[in-house]
Amino acid sequence: MTRVFISRDMASVALGADDVARAFAGAGCDIVRTGSRGLFSIEPLVEVETTDGRVGYGPVTPGDVAAVLGGTHPNRLGDIAALPFFTAQQRFTFARCGIVDPLSLADYAAHRGWIGLEIAHAAEPQAVVDTVKASGLRGRGGAGFPTGIKWQTVLDAPGGTKYIVCNADEGDSGTFADRLLMEGDPFCLIEGMAIAAHAVGASHGYIYIRSEYPFAIATMREAIALSAGRIAPFTLEVRAGAGAYVCGEETALLDSIEGKRGQVRAKPPLPALAGLFGKPTVINNVLSLAAVPFILAEGADAYANVGFGRSRGTMPVQLAGNVKHGGLFEVGFGITLGELVNDIGGGTTSGRPVRAVQVGGPLGAYFPPSMFDLPFDYEAFTQAGGLIGHAGITVFDDSVDMAHMARFAMEFCAVESCGKCTPCRIGSTRGVEIVDRIIAAREIEPVRATANGDTLGKALYSRAPDRIDVSLEAQTVLLRDLCDTMKFGSLCALGGFTPYPVLSALDHFPEDFGAPAPALEAAE
Amino acid sequence: MGFTRETDHGTPPAIATGNNVTLTIDGEQVTLPEGTSIMRAASLTGTAIPKLCATDNIESFGSCRLCLVEVEGRNGYPASCTTPIAEGMVVRTQTGRLKQLRRGVMELYISDHPLDCLTCAANGDCELQDQAGAVGLRDVRYGYDGATNMGQAKDQSNPYFDFDPSKCIVCSRCVRACDEVQGTFALTIEGMGFGSKVAASQDDAFLSSECVSCGACVQACPTASLIEKKVVETGTPDRAVVTTCAYCGVGCTFRAEMRGEELVRMVPWKDGKANRGHSCVKGRFAWGYAQHQDRILNPMIRASVTEPWREVSWGEAIAHTASEFRRIQAQYGTRAVGGITSSRCTNEETFLVQKLIRQGFGNNNVDTCARVCHSPTGYGLKTTFGTSAGTQDFDSVMHADVILVIGANPTDAHPVFGSRMKKRLRQGAKLIVVDPRQIDLVKSPHVEAEHHLPLRPGTNVAVLTAMAHVVVTEKLYDDAFIRTRCDWDEFQDWGDFVSEPARSPEAIEPLTGVPAADLRAAARLYATGGNAAIYYGLGVTEHSQGSSTVMAIANLAMATGNIGREGVGVNPLRGQNNVQGACDMGSFPHEFSGYRHVSDTATREMFESAWGVTLDHEPGLRIPNMLDAATDGTFKALFIQGEDILQSDPNTHHVAAGLAAMECVVVQDLFLNETANYGHVFLPGSTFLEKDGTFTNAERRIQRVRRVMAPLNGHADWEIVQLVANAMGLGWSYAHPSEIMDEIAALTPTFAGVHYDRLDAEGSLQWPANDAAPDGTPTMHIDGFVRGKGKFVVTDYVPTDEKTGPRFPLLLTTGRILSHYNVGAQTRRTANTAWHPEDRLEIHPTDAENRGIKDGDWVSLRSRAGETTLRALITERVAPGVVYTTFHHPDTQANVITTDYSDWATNCPEYKVTAVQVGLSNGPSDWQEDYADHARRSRRIVPVEAAE
Repeated sequence: MTRVFISRDMASVALGADDVARAFAGAGCDIVRTGSRGLFSIEPLVEVETTDGRVGYGPVTPGDVAAVLGGTHPNRLGDIAALPFFTAQQRFTFARCGIVDPLSLADYAAHRGWIGLEIAHAAEPQAVVDTVKASGLRGRGGAGFPTGIKWQTVLDAPGGTKYIVCNADEGDSGTFADRLLMEGDPFCLIEGMAIAAHAVGASHGYIYIRSEYPFAIATMREAIALSAGRIAPFTLEVRAGAGAYVCGEETALLDSIEGKRGQVRAKPPLPALAGLFGKPTVINNVLSLAAVPFILAEGADAYANVGFGRSRGTMPVQLAGNVKHGGLFEVGFGITLGELVNDIGGGTTSGRPVRAVQVGGPLGAYFPPSMFDLPFDYEAFTQAGGLIGHAGITVFDDSVDMAHMARFAMEFCAVESCGKCTPCRIGSTRGVEIVDRIIAAREIEPVRATANGDTLGKALYSRAPDRIDVSLEAQTVLLRDLCDTMKFGSLCALGGFTPYPVLSALDHFPEDFGAPAPALEAAE
Repeated sequence: MGFTRETDHGTPPAIATGNNVTLTIDGEQVTLPEGTSIMRAASLTGTAIPKLCATDNIESFGSCRLCLVEVEGRNGYPASCTTPIAEGMVVRTQTGRLKQLRRGVMELYISDHPLDCLTCAANGDCELQDQAGAVGLRDVRYGYDGATNMGQAKDQSNPYFDFDPSKCIVCSRCVRACDEVQGTFALTIEGMGFGSKVAASQDDAFLSSECVSCGACVQACPTASLIEKKVVETGTPDRAVVTTCAYCGVGCTFRAEMRGEELVRMVPWKDGKANRGHSCVKGRFAWGYAQHQDRILNPMIRASVTEPWREVSWGEAIAHTASEFRRIQAQYGTRAVGGITSSRCTNEETFLVQKLIRQGFGNNNVDTCARVCHSPTGYGLKTTFGTSAGTQDFDSVMHADVILVIGANPTDAHPVFGSRMKKRLRQGAKLIVVDPRQIDLVKSPHVEAEHHLPLRPGTNVAVLTAMAHVVVTEKLYDDAFIRTRCDWDEFQDWGDFVSEPARSPEAIEPLTGVPAADLRAAARLYATGGNAAIYYGLGVTEHSQGSSTVMAIANLAMATGNIGREGVGVNPLRGQNNVQGACDMGSFPHEFSGYRHVSDTATREMFESAWGVTLDHEPGLRIPNMLDAATDGTFKALFIQGEDILQSDPNTHHVAAGLAAMECVVVQDLFLNETANYGHVFLPGSTFLEKDGTFTNAERRIQRVRRVMAPLNGHADWEIVQLVANAMGLGWSYAHPSEIMDEIAALTPTFAGVHYDRLDAEGSLQWPANDAAPDGTPTMHIDGFVRGKGKFVVTDYVPTDEKTGPRFPLLLTTGRILSHYNVGAQTRRTANTAWHPEDRLEIHPTDAENRGIKDGDWVSLRSRAGETTLRALITERVAPGVVYTTFHHPDTQANVITTDYSDWATNCPEYKVTAVQVGLSNGPSDWQEDYADHARRSRRIVPVEAAE
């Protein structure tokens, strides 16, 4: 009987992997459902076990069974790992993803699973924390806070009960790394959490997964049940979110687990000292925790030797949007934005020129191609007025209207705002209104509204008092002032980061807001 | 006193650790306790940082973002309310950059707020208005054509305050006040983002929601979103006077905020040591009775109770009263007259009434309503500890680890203290409830009793003795405490007694209905759970074994060493505002002020020399004895100040018969109460708003009552008593109540240090306050019991004679409800009737089913004493076999049902146990109809003009 490997990942299933699997089963094949390799342009991918190893074909439809099994299918890809998309990667965290049966303990053990945990268990907690510190691992959820230092705080915190909480509320549009890992290699996350538990002295952990990820929730629950004996006395449970983006913010997430309304808490106290149920709590992103087994198993140096500046190790970058080769690309820090978008991603699917990329989810900054030399590095991005965030990259071609994208950022914030702090609660709604005014006004170029009671202003906003200046200039100033209030006044990153996409759109693409194009581009 | 707002430091004080930190705020070095917020630190040093969501009686929240500051070496602009101070920190609170950010935030606020300040009820008393001014907002560039929360319908369902969502700034102060201060969790923020809004319960109207109308949310609201209807009607106040609430024994202090002579609102005083800035629906809102149309403002007399009242001048009424008392004494003897002092009047007024009786009537026939409530407390605690009062202050509960509540329902009857207790329980203290009913404390949001022992009414002593059995037999007692502080021999005798197998939890279970395992667990928790405090109420005292129960409680506290420090103690929750004071002032027939027996020669001589008369050395008659004597024909005249014995005392038929047998019943009251239906002279009383004086609360705290308006009836109550006394030739000349207090202090050792100037300066004093305790006594018995060695008293359980049987198979127990107070004379004349328009009979579904009773049906309630009719409320709060009602409404007259069984030591009536039968009814009982007819006829008044 021929063994074939077909992904059970949600993205692959969306592309028809279940139908393909049924067709191969009907043909008498022995099906192994794996996670996804992470390159969606070749999904549904079928890998056939041969004496020469796995031979991949993709994309494949249910009608292609005979051609695939016969080796005649035109989409024959050969050894998947040998494709340029994969050879260019440094897969530390995602080494097993797409290769193993996610729920096979034997597979996991056969692929260097549990080694990190064994090494950790043999060491003192402090030594484990020191190893994580030495690896240079920083929080992969977006903030980039050194993971080892966070663990040290929890280890040093007095108190008997401590918790490990995994933030798997992956809400950023265009990101999917957490989901890919949880569906493709759940034991890796479990092992990472068990190591964290040993390092800080926690006995119970929670994985908070967004409700939009039913496959990941089911897979993690099964994996927890299967591995319970392996991680004992540490215990784990999955909590499903209820659809609020803000619950991805760590303190709102803690409130949500506690059964409260998901609202951001003021810090201090830090969750590391008074977190879940008021107890010292490690709260880390999926990718941070999933990086830990590698660090323990292969050594801190193996991880830290890769990277750029103060950003050490690898980052699982997610290419999405209007991009030819969308998918997961794990690579050491330092690769440039241009390499990722053009070389790896292959430019746009539409074939039109790239005009903008948004890095770091819906609250990340937009960058024009003129900035594609930017190295992937926390500090470099901060300096450039952006953020790496969860390393999602969304590509747009030249048909994009950046004023609409700015509006989208404000609207996203307005929809997802928890309503606790004023800048976010009211500001995001006002932001949408301002951009609407700008969009309305710029259509009537070159007529420029001017201050105080001009006819255009009155025509557009007949109910507005005369003193409201609806000119493009005034509304643009107001938008910048609002962004300033939101950025520095908001309680959490939702309101605080919404200005990134808005201001970067305004700064790099002023022509979409009715202003002249920037001098730099005009000069080119 | 003019109108100034109370200072708000923005966040509560830090939890004391003893460590201080030094930091620099705006260039000035300050040293403050660690844990203090930057906001509070700045406020304490005189810098007001703009704020809206912060207020210093709730935890910081950090949502308004107006209080941002700059901290050297830190990124961004931390909120000063949520950021604690740190050593060496350098803070700047007023910079151009901060001004810009604050103005940006305020511009957003105002973009969704009506610009109707001039016509807004909070104009001039609005924090949003103040802060908009403080940050210098001059323009709202967003316009008013965008999304808005304005224009939503107001919720005006609550009788006392309105909720206008259009003016809400979603600061959550109301929600947090409801959670943290009141502990009801009735409010929430519904929705998200721009659509976030305050909602009561599941978006109900305030009136029908879980809201208990304590007013904490209204007080917390920084805008006009939650505002008193009275402010909307009247305008903002222009002066404020601090005074003490005239409802329950918690003794909340309030700022009576006035506009001219009109009371605008009562706002709990943050510096009040009993209430710490909190209030309940009664004190906060239910003061409208003071101006109610039913108030009688002219004195009235009549020859017989079948005649209508005739309005007369004060002179005629006073002269008539004096001459009647003299006539009756001449005809029937010195001891044929007496009086009843009022637990609702001031200490000074109470003192004068008992002085009138002792000095003027020449006998000791004085009693007070404590007879029917806490007289067993006085007896029991005096016997065991040596003092007739609770041992702690209310703050003590915040140090308790285990709280045992027995026969009390604090969230209804002492709501402000109930909220404090709930706060402590939410902090982790464990709770044991001993009560036949499932009171709110047993399970309510974020509070759940560790153990609820639902005993059969009347078995308190058995349960408490069984707890002692566990403590002694399992050797959980505090040997060292007992050996040093108590009489060891008495302890051993008591220990042998409680250790007998017949007193084990298992042996008494069939009797009490309390599962033995639960009782054992509760006893172990009480004995070993750390600081254990007992709070009890009338469910302890109003029994045939009331005094025994009090002593059983005292035994338990002594045996476990839970006396003499913060966080422990034995704490009676006193019912009326000044019932402690009335007892202290010598209202009992056997005691002078300060609980000194009338047979004590030295004490008597002191009073005799001060008052210039010879005093009777024989104790006088208690209320039930006066009524007995009246029906026997030997007691003929009664002076009753501020007390409605017909409604409040047990066995109404008996009370009515006693009153009817008298020749002169003088009633001094605000209203024609039920007792006045048997009255011959009516002297209009004054409210607490109309007089000066002092009240003493359940923690022995003496607090000032201040006159905020002139008495509508023309005289304060103390002046009326003085008029009567002088008409009897006693020659009193008090110009002000402070002079009465000076006399009390001179004649009462425990009050020796109490003077008005000190009360005014310090806010309050807890007696004993004298040379030995110059600053008063928050906690009693610290170094030793007042009586010397603590006394263990053997408390044998004797079942009450009131037993269920085939005719009366159910047990009735009585109590109170939050919105009403005592006989309801005050609260029934306020909008509190919106919550509780009538007394209802709580009955278990099983008992109701057996009788074919549906929720809301009219049912008859019969005991061997009488019968009444009321509507049924089917609930599992009561156990099968037990029914429950309140006694707030005279139409129901629950005390027609109660019997004349009483406490063996003090005659405190057994209100809490009556065998009854319940059945469907077609309407009022014959008695109710007859009484209603009598009351109607008795209340006829011939106005003074017509009489002339």
